[in-house]
Amino acid sequence: MNDSLEKIIQNYRREGGNVITLLQETQEAYGYIPREAIDVFAETLNIAPSRFYGVATFYAQFRLTPVGKNKITACCGTACHVRGAERILNSLKRELNLAETEDTTKDREFTIEKVACLGFCSFAPVVLINDNVHGKTNSDSLLKELRAMRKK
Amino acid sequence: MGPAGIAAGGKHVLEAFRVALAQSSAQASVKENCSSHQVGCLGLCARDVLVEVHKDGSKIVYQYVKPEMVQRIVDEHLVGGTPVKEWLVDDAYNAFYKKQVKVVLSDCGRIDPEEIDAYQAVGGYEAAKEVLHSWFPEEVIEEIKMSGLRGRGGAGFPTGLKWELGRKSPGATKYIVCNADEGDPGAFMDRAVIEGNPHAVIEGMIVGAYAICAHHGYVYIRAEYPLAVERLKRALEQATARGFLGRNIFGTDFDLDIKIKLGAGAFVCGEETALIASIEGQRGTPRAKPPFPVHKGLWQKPTVINNVETLANIPYIIRRGCAWYASYGTERSRGTKVFALTGKIKNPGLIEVPMGITLREIIEDIGGGIESGKPLKAIQTGGPSGGCIPAGMLDMNVDYESLAKVGSIVGSGGMIVLDQDDCMVNMAQYFIQFTQTESCGKCVPCRIGTKRLLETLNRITKGHGRSGDIERLEKLSAGIKSTSLCGLGQTAPNPILSTIRYFREEFETHIRDKKCPAKVCKNLLTYSINQDACKACGACLKACPSHAIAGAKKTPHKIDPAKCIRCGSCFEVCKFNSVERE
Repeated sequence: MNDSLEKIIQNYRREGGNVITLLQETQEAYGYIPREAIDVFAETLNIAPSRFYGVATFYAQFRLTPVGKNKITACCGTACHVRGAERILNSLKRELNLAETEDTTKDREFTIEKVACLGFCSFAPVVLINDNVHGKTNSDSLLKELRAMRKK
Repeated sequence: MGPAGIAAGGKHVLEAFRVALAQSSAQASVKENCSSHQVGCLGLCARDVLVEVHKDGSKIVYQYVKPEMVQRIVDEHLVGGTPVKEWLVDDAYNAFYKKQVKVVLSDCGRIDPEEIDAYQAVGGYEAAKEVLHSWFPEEVIEEIKMSGLRGRGGAGFPTGLKWELGRKSPGATKYIVCNADEGDPGAFMDRAVIEGNPHAVIEGMIVGAYAICAHHGYVYIRAEYPLAVERLKRALEQATARGFLGRNIFGTDFDLDIKIKLGAGAFVCGEETALIASIEGQRGTPRAKPPFPVHKGLWQKPTVINNVETLANIPYIIRRGCAWYASYGTERSRGTKVFALTGKIKNPGLIEVPMGITLREIIEDIGGGIESGKPLKAIQTGGPSGGCIPAGMLDMNVDYESLAKVGSIVGSGGMIVLDQDDCMVNMAQYFIQFTQTESCGKCVPCRIGTKRLLETLNRITKGHGRSGDIERLEKLSAGIKSTSLCGLGQTAPNPILSTIRYFREEFETHIRDKKCPAKVCKNLLTYSINQDACKACGACLKACPSHAIAGAKKTPHKIDPAKCIRCGSCFEVCKFNSVERE
């Protein structure tokens, strides 16, 4: 872990010390912000861990838990909302057995995240599965796709 | 290839054209003289993928193009000379554009956004060059003031005045910032502009920086727009390589560098002071104003923050003159505005219209009316800070003053069309849930107030509404509006107040009768199967996640209300309309 963190710290020092950029680079490298990374940053830069956590927990982009192998992004923007986004999200969560507050399956195969708006409003409702856009979609076809992915 | 075009497979269609043109038995003249280009958003997302064929001075447009259709278009039209009639757009397509006036979007869909040459070929960077060589900064400010341009991010503050204040602020170090943190759900105008014509935004920033005397600029852009970020990065590199950014721009003694700063997912960072805090690397919490950013902004220096659409207007205003721009729109709302028309409308997409156009013209003439054919119920404008306009007010003008009078706002440009199947109480709950989640937590009225509003709406939509709830919502909303620290809190109650104002009865039905007339609030619904209509196909049985449906082949199915979780799956899968909701 230390090599990539070293690089991130160098960038931080070179570019004027922006915590958000540092955390974005960390998440880019690991898929989330590991506890260990924060400890290294705090130690090396002599900044309290709470400062990093304060920023990481403020912005929706940052995750503190590992992300699943497959990422499902359900758009819950207004246009998608009026075309049934909530029902779709609920059916996806039920299929993957995820409780209200959970977003990643226990086997770390799938993560579902809600996003406020992807900008594909004309194709509402929209769900991304690993960056593949499913526009004008419905629970039926999405569940079929999920089940096919699980079989593999 | 706007956002929806790409989602609809635009890249595959473009690739199919490239392959077909390279391989086709096309005459050499066709092959040589035919080029395929990607362009930005054409606006009519509903008909994606759209392909324009420019030949011999005329333009022919195909709609709903799929990769497998490309070969025939190349063979019959490009080579053979005869367009494939059955795939062409119809009159309705032209009707979509008839009442629009393209300024900001004029080159989106005309040029390749990844080529600076394409932008320059249509006059790009001429305005900035001329300004830097021959205009005084004060003249620039006067021109923008005379145009009547107002901030297009939502607040509508006069741009010329903002630049004037920025210029007059003392200090050698100043900043110009482009706010590309388009956070309103349902709004994708800025995204389309940056993806479709990023150079226009850069050129606008150059002119603005010159006017206020700033040598450093930032574009604060949502991380959720990776293609826009990529195209902007590329555009900045190209502009720098050509000497339009960096030191001694256009050979003058004016320097300007522009950096990109990625957002990290916080709606509140669209607010000026929160945006500044975010660029500085902190939690994006706003602070009290005054001092305003034009006086004390980024790192305490004078900072002018403008929206993407505002900046993209600048090159066109400079080139064609303030009088031309001011000839559109109304007296206090000059020019044009880009709207994202979505929801239950037939022609969803991006439109640019003169301010002052009526809602009816937008919904019926441009939008093509309600997709389902059901009656229009309301139009939501201004996103989570806005309000709804009921169907009865369709003849009102769309401009800053008129919308404010009826309890809504122009906002960033999101326009969601709602029909009979939409519940206004649910819409109010949806918006407050959004703003409550996005509340930064700094001030009590917003942090706790929006939570109480949400709890009340949750109770109402779940069937636990109490007498006095509406009055409680109104009182709490007034308090939150007048005491919140920033625009998020100050406008969060707007959707609630607006829906109560025009749809009070719907609220009362939810509270008093525990019923949802639009059949949306699931806790207020009962699902049952019409025993006469049921064909016993078993589809609902299979779809039901709580095993609440019993039935065998040839026996009409029945739903056990005790087990039913009202998810609506049976309603969705039934092909015989036998599932009823009450």
